[in-house]
Amino acid sequence: MNFFLDLFMSGLTKGSIYALIALGYTMVYGIIALINFAHGEIYMIGAFTALLASMVLGSLGLSGWGLLLSVAAIAAVYSAMYGWTVERVAYKPLRGSSRLAPLISAIGMSIFLQNYVQLAQSPNFLVFPDLVPQIDFLAPVARYISRTQLVILLFTVFSMVGLTVFIKFTKMGMAMRAVAQDQTMARLAGVNIDKVISATFVIGSILAALGGVLIGCSMRQISFYIGFIAGMKAFTAAVLGGIGSIPGAVVGALILGFAESFAAGYVSSSYKDVVAFIILIIILIFRPEGIMGQAQTQKV
Amino acid sequence: MTNPSSSQKPGRAILAEIKAGLLASLWICLLAFPLMTLEINPSSHTISFSASRLPFLAGATFVLAILWRFFLRRRAFQGVSKAVLKSEGLPEGLIKGPKPTWLTVVMGSRFRYPVLAILLGFMALLPFVSPPYLVNVMVKALIYVSLGLGLNVVVGVSGLLNLGYVAFYAMGAYTYALLGQYLGLGFWVCLPLGALVATLMGLLLGFPVIRLSGDYLAIVTLSFGEITRLVLTNLDITRGPRGISNIRPAGFFGLDLNGPIKDFLVANLGVDKDMDINKILTYFIILGLVILTIICVFRLENSRLGRAWLAMREDEVACQAMGINKTRAKLTAFALGSTWAGLAGVVFASHLSFINPTIFSFMESIMILSIVVLGGMGSIPGVILGALVLIVLPEQLRAFSQYRMLIFGALMVLMMVFRPGGLIQSAREVYLHKLGGQDGPQGGPAGGAARIEALNGAGRPVEGDGRG
Repeated sequence: MNFFLDLFMSGLTKGSIYALIALGYTMVYGIIALINFAHGEIYMIGAFTALLASMVLGSLGLSGWGLLLSVAAIAAVYSAMYGWTVERVAYKPLRGSSRLAPLISAIGMSIFLQNYVQLAQSPNFLVFPDLVPQIDFLAPVARYISRTQLVILLFTVFSMVGLTVFIKFTKMGMAMRAVAQDQTMARLAGVNIDKVISATFVIGSILAALGGVLIGCSMRQISFYIGFIAGMKAFTAAVLGGIGSIPGAVVGALILGFAESFAAGYVSSSYKDVVAFIILIIILIFRPEGIMGQAQTQKV
Repeated sequence: MTNPSSSQKPGRAILAEIKAGLLASLWICLLAFPLMTLEINPSSHTISFSASRLPFLAGATFVLAILWRFFLRRRAFQGVSKAVLKSEGLPEGLIKGPKPTWLTVVMGSRFRYPVLAILLGFMALLPFVSPPYLVNVMVKALIYVSLGLGLNVVVGVSGLLNLGYVAFYAMGAYTYALLGQYLGLGFWVCLPLGALVATLMGLLLGFPVIRLSGDYLAIVTLSFGEITRLVLTNLDITRGPRGISNIRPAGFFGLDLNGPIKDFLVANLGVDKDMDINKILTYFIILGLVILTIICVFRLENSRLGRAWLAMREDEVACQAMGINKTRAKLTAFALGSTWAGLAGVVFASHLSFINPTIFSFMESIMILSIVVLGGMGSIPGVILGALVLIVLPEQLRAFSQYRMLIFGALMVLMMVFRPGGLIQSAREVYLHKLGGQDGPQGGPAGGAARIEALNGAGRPVEGDGRG
């Protein structure tokens, strides 16, 4: 039973991190129908910025919750800047071109960012410091949930609530929903499409950066390559839940996290990545619209 | 992007450009600030600061930002002028198709065959006069040419973005390696077998994914490529991550090529004495394969099937409405593309004599895709040029080798933004519907559909078929 609980908790935390990244994919796809291949790289840059920020702030004497929160904030700001720039450079000039062009441009951007970080920082794994402070009240249940797992769950829940409030109750959130429904109509109603798209990338990047900080805290090591696999997994989660649907991305991410965790525990850990990819292929073949997505008819 | 007042006050416009460039460079420096200036020392776990790279970055981004804005504006202007011409119903003569390049001029003239013969003769002589190193590079480049041409059928001609192409390449390579290792089969038996295995896998992947299009297809193929790599890494029969070594080179009727034959070649033809004659044989095998591929792809492109692929690329729904069997077209594209990857894989395994799963990573798929994108999607000479540029050039510029992938990534973005057609744009005939009403524009062919030639691969002039 303990083994099962371990796997359950690890699946839950993994799924939470996937959810944070998957939201970026699903929001961008909902608005401009583009798979933002560079999104995984934004998450990786978030993790690297967090590492650098934690070293600098740590040497300045910051520690505890203050350190964790300020590191997360810095990572979020930098990732948002990167996300905004990527959209400006690689996607904006390609609006209205064929479907293949932005996709290839996105892949190019992803490779560029990966190699940029590899050259600027290190091709090897770097140790990520333990940023999560001791939580005293957790001692009785420490066997079942670690402090890192608790922080991951808390961060994820807060981000989800924040995102929901933003989408539901702010003017920009309303504009986003409008653009996702019908871009032309939204434009006619006076929505600034460029601003909405930029905002989508910024929000997606902030969530991905949080995911990057959390994965650093939980894995305790990062490399320039983590973005690719995590991006693929998160994309799988987004497709699983129905790409374009925000609750779908969270559900899909949790399912994927559990599937992976249990497959690693009960089947074989060397095939855990295969499981994710096979789920993706099966979903795409049998239910391309995902669990919560709506089937779209193709129009001429 | 276009600013009408900028043409009237050039001084102010230049100032505005400089300001924009400075802003962009400031922004990029801000972005790069932590990642490029702070360095972690993993052993002592300390952090050091050095801003020495920032000035170079600032200067480079300033220049690049101004060029970027300039080319973007030029692109926007071109688009507008054509659209205006069209909507105004002006004579189609004013709308210029792609300009003839030296390539189309030569290939369209009567010197076509002599030029090709000289090129072929040069390629045939090359291994006998060049150092072993260059032969190795050329074999590598030619393998990528054949991979690029294969992927070109899938991505360039049919518009199916296959990001797992390297899986089929791996199938070919592993077919030869495993059959040679366990059953002792030779290269010439494995060459068709490798192609067959890759084709079957292409069909196997093709059947479930025919319903998907665009980005979904890209993701499924990517996953397929990753699954293949992970399975190869974890299987016992493939010896996991250690890979398979001692793969035999391609034999030539059981002759020992490095024996008396080599002595003869070295003595009489001036072949380098360090040369492995097996490499020369591999060179000719892959050269033959490339020529075969070119002929096949060229014939296919102008066939009924090739036109179906092109139609499918442009619009799937419309092509089905025109009575094209989309399922068949997609499957054949997938299977044929995989065939060449399988062939290239067998040659690759025999050339390198060692393979392991890390060779067939996602980056390799991207490499082949960059060849197709850089060269020009759908264009045969483009793909050849793309392979030569991306494979031979980095070999010559060893100093830049660590920046190679960085440059590839940037190049893919730049190509998509400024030259989506690639270095050598693919040859397409352009059909223009009648312009300017029933009577036709003055000076142009009277009425009817005027068919103008844009860039015909063979350069044959196409007469207008106006009804008069």
